[in-house]
This record gives sequence, C-alpha cells and structure tokens, in this order.
Amino acid sequence: MIKTLLKSVGKYKKDSLKSPLFVSLEVIMEVIIPLLMARLIDNGIEKGNLPYIVKMGIALLISALFSMLFGAIAGKSASVASCGFAANLRRDMYYRVQDFSFSNIDKFSTASLVTRLTTDVSNVQMAFQMIIRIAIRSPFMLIFSLICSFTVNVKLSLVFLAAVPILGFGLYFIFSKAHPIFEKVFKIYDKLNRTVQENIRGVRVVKSFVREEHEDEKFKNTSKEIYDNFTRAEKLLAFNMPLMTFCIDACMILIAWLGAKAVVGNELTTGELMSLITYAMQILSSLMMLSMIFVMIAISRASAERICEVLVEESDIKEKENPVKEVKDGSISFKNVCFSYSKHGEKRCLDNINIDIKSGETIGIIGGTGSSKSTFVSLISRLYDADCGEVTVGGINVRDYDLKVLRNAVSVVLQKNVLFSGTLAENLRWGDENATDEDLKRVCEYAQANGFISEMPEGYNTYIEQGGTNVSGGQKQRICIARALLKKPKILILDDSTSAVDTATDKKIREAFAAEIPDTTKLIIAQRIDSVINSDRIIVLDDGRISAVGTHKELLEISDIYREVYNSQTKGGRSDE
Amino acid sequence: MNNSKPGQMRGPRHGAPAGKPDLKKFDKATVKRLFTYFKRFKLKIGIVIVSIIISSVASVMSAVFLKSLIDKYIPEIVKTGSYKILITGIIYIGVIYLSGILSGFIYNRTMAVISQGVLKAIRDDMFSHMQTLPIRYFDSNSTGDIMSRYTNDCDTLRQMISQSLPQALSSVVTIIFVFCTMLSMSVWITLFIVLFSVLLMIITGKIAGNSGKYFMMQQKSLGDVNGFIEEMINGQKVVKVFCHEEKAKEEFDKKNAVLCENATKANTFANLLGPITNNLGHVLYVLLAIVGGALAIADVPNLTLTGMTALTLGTIASFLTLSRQFIMPINQVTQQLSSIIMALAGAKRVFELIDEEPEQDDGYVTLVNAKILDDGTITESKEHTGIWAWKHPHKEDGTVTYTKLQGNVVLDDVDFEYVEGKRVLHNISLYAEPGQKVAFVGATGAGKTTITNLINRFYDIADGKVRYDGININKIRKPDLRRSLGVVLQDVNLFTGTVMENIRYGRLDATDEECIAAAKRVSADGFIRMLPDGYNTVLEGDGSGLSQGQRQLISIARAAVSDPPVMILDEATSSIDTRTEAIVQRAMDALMDGRTVFVIAHRLSTVKNSDVIIVLEHGRIIERGSHEKLIAEKGKYYQLYTGAFELE
Repeated sequence: MIKTLLKSVGKYKKDSLKSPLFVSLEVIMEVIIPLLMARLIDNGIEKGNLPYIVKMGIALLISALFSMLFGAIAGKSASVASCGFAANLRRDMYYRVQDFSFSNIDKFSTASLVTRLTTDVSNVQMAFQMIIRIAIRSPFMLIFSLICSFTVNVKLSLVFLAAVPILGFGLYFIFSKAHPIFEKVFKIYDKLNRTVQENIRGVRVVKSFVREEHEDEKFKNTSKEIYDNFTRAEKLLAFNMPLMTFCIDACMILIAWLGAKAVVGNELTTGELMSLITYAMQILSSLMMLSMIFVMIAISRASAERICEVLVEESDIKEKENPVKEVKDGSISFKNVCFSYSKHGEKRCLDNINIDIKSGETIGIIGGTGSSKSTFVSLISRLYDADCGEVTVGGINVRDYDLKVLRNAVSVVLQKNVLFSGTLAENLRWGDENATDEDLKRVCEYAQANGFISEMPEGYNTYIEQGGTNVSGGQKQRICIARALLKKPKILILDDSTSAVDTATDKKIREAFAAEIPDTTKLIIAQRIDSVINSDRIIVLDDGRISAVGTHKELLEISDIYREVYNSQTKGGRSDE
Repeated sequence: MNNSKPGQMRGPRHGAPAGKPDLKKFDKATVKRLFTYFKRFKLKIGIVIVSIIISSVASVMSAVFLKSLIDKYIPEIVKTGSYKILITGIIYIGVIYLSGILSGFIYNRTMAVISQGVLKAIRDDMFSHMQTLPIRYFDSNSTGDIMSRYTNDCDTLRQMISQSLPQALSSVVTIIFVFCTMLSMSVWITLFIVLFSVLLMIITGKIAGNSGKYFMMQQKSLGDVNGFIEEMINGQKVVKVFCHEEKAKEEFDKKNAVLCENATKANTFANLLGPITNNLGHVLYVLLAIVGGALAIADVPNLTLTGMTALTLGTIASFLTLSRQFIMPINQVTQQLSSIIMALAGAKRVFELIDEEPEQDDGYVTLVNAKILDDGTITESKEHTGIWAWKHPHKEDGTVTYTKLQGNVVLDDVDFEYVEGKRVLHNISLYAEPGQKVAFVGATGAGKTTITNLINRFYDIADGKVRYDGININKIRKPDLRRSLGVVLQDVNLFTGTVMENIRYGRLDATDEECIAAAKRVSADGFIRMLPDGYNTVLEGDGSGLSQGQRQLISIARAAVSDPPVMILDEATSSIDTRTEAIVQRAMDALMDGRTVFVIAHRLSTVKNSDVIIVLEHGRIIERGSHEKLIAEKGKYYQLYTGAFELE
C-alpha cells in the first residue's frame, strides 16, 4: 500500500527528504544548547568570567538561530511536500477515474469516489506531513537527548532510562484501551447523525404520523450512548497528564537527590545538573508526542487504504493496438452476445442476443424494468464489454476501434443524464467544441429545444446550475438530446430520454430525426409505446433476452408482452382488467 | 499537556470552519447562554478550578525548588555534610508534586464528565426543540445547514469545552503564578522576560495572521476543487460518453494547482510558528543566562518584591526554567483563544436553532375513542373502540360536545402566501364529503401540495377557513388532527430499522399481525417475504437496497396501518415501469377505499375515477368536475389529457 501511495510523491521527493533532514539538524542544535548552557553556567557565571559568558552566549545564540533556520526550512519543505503530495494524489486518482470504464465506476459508486478524492486525501495529507516532520522529530529528540545526557553523567541518565519505559508503557496502555472506545464512539456518532438526517429529511412523515416524541426518545438514547462511551474514553485519557507529570516530577526528585550527592562529591557541576533537567523535559515530552502520532497515523490508515483501492484499480476496457480509426456506417450487429455485471454472478443480464440493424434504421426498444434495455445499448458504444459473442458497428468489432472514434460515432443520451454548471452553449458544445452558434441552434431545433431556450432572457448564454436544477425535467432531456446530436453521430441512442417530454413534442422530435438525420441509425428506448410506434422495427426485451422483433403491427400479433403494455397504456384501464 | 484525541480528525471530514477568527465577534450573550449549561455542574466546576490552581502552582514550584537546591541545599550539605535539609526539601516538594498530580487527575476526569454532560444537554435540547419547529423552518433551511449544527458546530464546541477552556484556564493561572514567583526573585529580570514575551507575541501574531489569511484561501480553493470533483464524478458517465476526459483533466489540473499553492502557503506559515516560538524561547534562555550572569558578576543590586537580595546562581537557574513556564502558556492562550472564538460562533448557531419559534398550537379539540349509545349520543370510551370522536370543550358554558370523526373537509375561500406579498393560493374553495376522492391536477408550482399543507396544518391560515367535520381546524390540537390524516408523500422517506418497524411507524401500538395485514392489504406482503429476512430485513440509507416501487409500497403500508379516515396521497413523479406502476396503483386504490382522499396527481391515468378533479393554475382553481365533464368541456384538462401540454 505504501509503495502505491509513495509513487504519487513525484517531484516533491526532494522536499519530502529535505524535511526530515532539516528536522534532525534542528533537533541536534536543540540538543546541543543545554550542553553549551552547562558550560556557560559552570565556567562563566559560577566563576564570574564575563568574557567567557559573552563568548559562550554568542555561540548559544548562533545555535538557537541555526536551530530556528533549520526548523523553518524543515517546516517549509514539509508543507511543500505534503501539499504537493496531496495534489498529486488527487490528480492521480482523478486521472485514474477518467480512465475508468463504466463497470469500474459502478464498482465504487460515485459517492464513495467523491469521499476518496476529498476527505480521504485531506487525512492522508495531514498524516504525511506529520510523518516527515513530527514523527522524525520526536524519536530523534528522544535518542539524541538520551545520548547527550549520558555524556553528561551516566549514573543520572539511568534515571531517564527507567522513566522512559514507564511512561511509554503507561501511554501505550491508555491509548490501546481508549482507542477502541473512540472507534465505537464514532460509529455511534454516525448513528446519531443518521438519526438527525433522517429526521430532517422525513420531517413531513414524522409530523404527519405525530412521531415527534418517538424520534426524540430515539435520539436521546443515542445521545446517551455517546455520552457514556465518550466519558469512559476521556476518563481513561485523564490518566495521561498525571502520568506525564508523575514521570517528570519523579525524574526531578531523583535528579535532585542523586544530583545533589554528585555535586557535593564533585562528580557533577551545577550547570550539568541544569542541563540534565532540560533533557528530562525533552525526553519525556517527545515520548508523549510519539504516542499521539501513533494514534493519528492509525486513524488515517483507513483513508490511505481507500485511496489505494482507487489507484490500483485497472480499467477493464483496454484499447487495442493499431485500432481502427474510422466508423464506416451506422450498421450494428450482435452475434450470440451475453453479459453480466458481476463476473461471479449467476444471473446473466443479457443472454444470447442476436440481431442485425441496418444503417439508418430506426429501432424501438421496449421492456420492463430489469429487462436490460440500457445494458443492451451500452454494449454498442463499448461502455461495457460483452462477456461472450461479438458486437460490431459498421461491420467491425467494437473492440477493434479507437475508443474515442467509436464513442464519437455512437452518441448516447443516457437515462440518468446530467448537465454541468456553465452556460447552456458551453453544455451543448460538449458535443462539438468547434460548433458555431448556427450549429447549436440547428440541433436545438431538431430536439425541440430552441423554442424555450429563445424565450429565456439570456438565451443560449443562460447559466445552468450544477446538475441542471434550474431547467425542468423535460427541458433538460431536450438539451441533452441536442448535445448528443451535435456530435453528428452515425448511431444515436436515446435511453428513455423523452420520458418527461409531452407526447406532442416527443412526436415532433422523432419527426425531425426522420427528416433531418435519415442516415443516422436511431435506437430509442421508451416506456411509452407512442415513442416507438412508428419505428422501422421494435425489439421487445424480456429478462435479458430478445423476446420478439417486428413492426408495431406484427408485434401486436405475435408478442404477448407487447400487447399487454400497449393495452395498459392506450385503454387507460388497469392491467388486471 | 495536550490531550489530543482521535476525535480531532473529525474536523476536516465535515469541512470545519476555519480562518482567522475575529476577536470583535466575542459574543457576550452566547457566552452567558453557554454558562447556563454549566450551572448544574456547579460543584464539579468548583472542584475543577481548585484542582487546576493546585496543579499549576505545583508545576511552578519546581523552579522554586531548583533555586533552593542550588542556593541552599547543596552549599548546606557541603558545609555540614548532612543530607537532612535535602531530605526535608524533597519530602516537601514531593508532597506538593503529589497533590499536583492528584489534582491534575481529578480535574481531567471531572472535566470529561462536565464537557460530555454539557454537550449532551445541548444536543438533546437542540433535537427536542427541532421536533417542535414548524415545517416552514425545514422548508427554508437546507438539510446540510441544519446538519452542520449537529456536526461541525457541536464538534468545535466539544473541543472548546473539553480542551481549550481548561487549557486556557490552567495557562492563565500558570502565567499569574509564574509572574508572581519571578517578581519575588528579581524585578529587573522579570521585566526583561515580559518585554521579550511581548515581542514574541507580536511576531507570532503576525505569522498566525498570515497563516489565517492563506488558510481562508485554502478553504475556498478546497471547496472549489471538491465541488468540481463532485460534479465531474457524478457526471462521469456523461464525460465518458462524450470523450470529454482530456478537457476534464485540464480543468481539474488548473484548480488543483491553485489549491496546492494556497495550501502550501497556509501550511508553511503554520509550520513556521512552531520552530520560531520554540527557538525564540531558546534565545530568551540564552539572553537570560548572559544578562543574569553579567548582573550577578557585576554584583548589581537585585530588586525583589521582598526587598533587595543578591542575584544568585540559583536565581538564574530557576529563571531559566521559569521563562519557559511563562512563554509556553502565553503561546497556548493565543492558540486556544482562536479556537474558543470559533466555538462561540458555533455555539451561536446552535442557540439560533434552539431559539427558533416553535410551531404554535392553540388547539384544544382532541381526538378520543368513542362509543355510540343506543340513543345515538356519543360518549368517550377508555378502550380502543374503532370509533373516534372529536372532544370539543366549550369555554363559554363549560360543556363538552362530541362529534363523530367522519372525514368531511371544507376549504372556504382560502388565500395563502408562504412569503409575504407572494400569494400562491387564490380563493380556493372546496368541499370533500366523507368517502369522496378529490384529485388535484396542475403544473409544478400550481399550488397542489400547498393545499394539502394547509389541511394538515403544516402551514397555518386564518381562523375558520378550513373545517374538518364542521370544526375549525385551528381549534383542533395538531397531533390529533394529524393522527386523523394519513399521508403518502411523493418522496418516500424510510427510517433505518426493520421493514416491520417502518410499517409500524404508522401506529406504534400496532401488533406484528396488524402490520402484516396492512402490508397484505396493499399487496406489499409478497415482495417483503422475498427479502432476505422478510419483515425483519433491516433497511438502511432510506431503504436504498429496495426499488423505487418497493419503497413506495412500504410507505403505503405504513399509511394503511395508521388507518385514518382521511388520506392525502402525493403521487411519485419518478418513472417506474408500467407493471410496477400498476401494482403501486392497486395498492393506492386499496388504501383509498372508504376514505376521504386528496390525490395530488402527476399521471392523469390515475385520476379518472375521482369524484372531483380540480385543475389548478398559478394558485387558482380554473376547472373542476368529474373526468367526463372536464373532457366534454375541452378546456385545460382536456389538453393535458390528450398530451398537448406538459405537466412537469
């Protein structure tokens, strides 16, 4: 996992190394200061030697300034490295997602991809910065201070050696007890938030059924649970500070006792005693930091894992070498095609599909939910790869095409379509960057969108909010159709794209298609029989198989399913009548 | 010591508010309000304050002990050769240390109880109060905004109460004691340290200011990048269909670069703060040694609070320790101050919610179980009789009358506006007899949902405009009114829990058998039994594992179990296939049977058999009558029905 992540450090490698280097230099300077200080006190102050004081003083000031400089450099490179690393991680993941096939996207779900790209990256960034800075600093400080204190006085330093494991084990014990409780608390927090969110979203339900008290009770129980667990965890952590103080105080007393003896016995100077006290502080506080870092890093591990999952995911649609660069015409053929979304799944979404569609034909597709209509058309522009059999467009297997060429020739208006924030014209130009204003107007006329667009105060420059929330469902669908038309596709696929458009307009769109783009193969998936009634042929899908193919009239004769749907829609009665 | 908890990682997950806090925003009212929550912990707070003082004093005493050690004990031992004085000193400081450790322990533990207790009280108040708020509040505030009061704002509050406040308090106490101790040792050196600290504060203030400024910029560009990522990932399939990948990368790179730059700047300044304050501490340390040493050698008279003494080596040594103890809390206070101010801003938002005007309910007519006596009079019954009556006490003469619950609803010339000056309903009058089916038809925004909002008093209007079984609904207690009205909403909301629990939501005292019977009645039983654990299948995330149609069926079963005389049905707009739609439709029909029903229709095929169809346009009734009548009139309904107009 770490290897995968480290790849994203990229050009920030230098800064990532600079930070620990300068941190250690800073630590060395900081550790030297008490040593020099001891000399200053012993040889300078105690002996009343002013020139020595000044000399040592300058040396000390220089060390302090160097320490500051090193610290600053380390701080800067740490931030450059961690922010750069985060930016690279985001980019690498984002690029990776761009290469994902539809099935890769389905696997992760969009919501989880968004979290991975946002909050998870922030968490890892924080952990990374901590690792190259504080996680280096604390152990270094611990070791160097110990070494220095040993050079000052071995006997007294043994006190530290005794204190370190006591504090270390104590902290480890506390955190290892508290950590699981915190993990639990956060799960309960999620529960609490979920309760609140459900309550806010479903406020009409709550009020309609007069369930305020019930909800209140539910919330209070969860709230109490948090209180209990959190208090328990915090009470455990309450041992932290006293433990730390205890260690420092004990060191202090022991050093005072042993130190006094040593000073009296002329084995130790007052200055050295002072420096040992400083080391005591440095050693124990870096131990404390270290224990905290472990907790923090442990938490960000989950985020790191989630990021890695995206980075190592391979797109399962691979482009062929020397791909075909041109789509000859809009003919489509399926030969013994089968497909299923989950590769281990028992049930096939498409099974034994065989059909030939001529270039320029208009094909209607009808079938209930779960009959795999959308899956069927997805295979044409290679949004998914068929598991067996062969899908060809223009007489050539879709796998042999350059993906871009294929997808530009096969224009799909998805069922769950989206508009992006930006002007209407910008949205339309997704279909063709270089389209002129006249082009836009023309395709919008085909899609019966020019009318309402012209009525908008700013026409084609109207700003579309994120997700297209400021146009109605029917309008959105028509804009999406226009956008797809702008690609001048050889094959146009409408996946239930006119469901919110009224029947009269729907009819006009289909008439425009017939008149203006006769050579384009058109596949229309619809719930409404009206939308496909005039197609050259209609495919009736049922449970992943083609149940019947034919014209409207033929199907009324031969297909029970078709007849049932037709009756339920035109006679207006219930299907059981 | 910093009690950093894993919880701190929560902050950025919710996008915690950040940036340089404005000192002027120190809101007195909010502070006062916050204090009321602490009131019930009076005794505990007293303990905490005393403990903090003791532990701070104990830590300061170290320096004093050091002075005595160097100046008094060691020379004394050298002189007399007896360790007695040192032993006494160690016992003395040992006792102080012990009490310090003990009180540190006490205050940390007590604080855990106080902070969690206060937070729980605030949270519970917030939620309880939220239950009383009118629908208007939820309609005019986004879910995200309300949620952030429970997450972000409570989070910053938690950090303040459990960490910043005690730390700030202990810092202030330490500063005062250190200051006094220093004065008692040497006035001049104390002044020197104070001057240096001021300098230090100015420098750190500058750096913190810059860091804050860039932090704001970082948050802004982070929001920008996150927004872009969200939009693009949500539209990823469209991006692929249009081969727009390269363009999407380009745009992303631009935004990502800006974020990287701002984040680097913000972090750099934040990272500088540590080494600079730390090493300035060293500089002070060195300067103290030089100045103190020089003063001692030159034998400058040393002014202390207690008079003139000699500047000894012990004094200098203890000043070295004291200077650290002085600077560290100063830095801490400045740091804590910003988080306290941030938390107060959060507290203010929390209190805003608690202060929201609750839903008014002056109703006094209640719904009771009733018995009809042989002579036709209605009396109250304690048992569940299946017959309900409105209990109407009359203030004037003190009598009580009972009216049988039937489901007769009358609207009389109703006007309504959500926002003043923007009228959404004009002169709406309608009359629904018990058992009648009334359908509302019209474009989005025509006022269909608004009418039903008035019937169940999600929004209130003037007296006497809406009558239920002849009673002015403003006189009916809201919970009783709503219990007599069943609702199936357009957007299905299910709660985390089992299917059974979700159905029982309609009537909490319904038995399992009653719930299953209700599910059977609306033909939801079939699919529920097919679920992995049948009725005990746990639904999560608003029933995300179920299909749209199945979720609707559960919500219909939920309404069925509550068995009210009046139903409001808001049809779902989302497209479900013809077969599922037929099943849902059948379920709806089963539910409507024998009740007064208001249907908000999105598909005209479902309203044909209504007793009355009301066509709304811009808040006015433009046509009304049966299907046949309206078709014959060839008006708007006819046009809609024949597909010449879009409903959407």
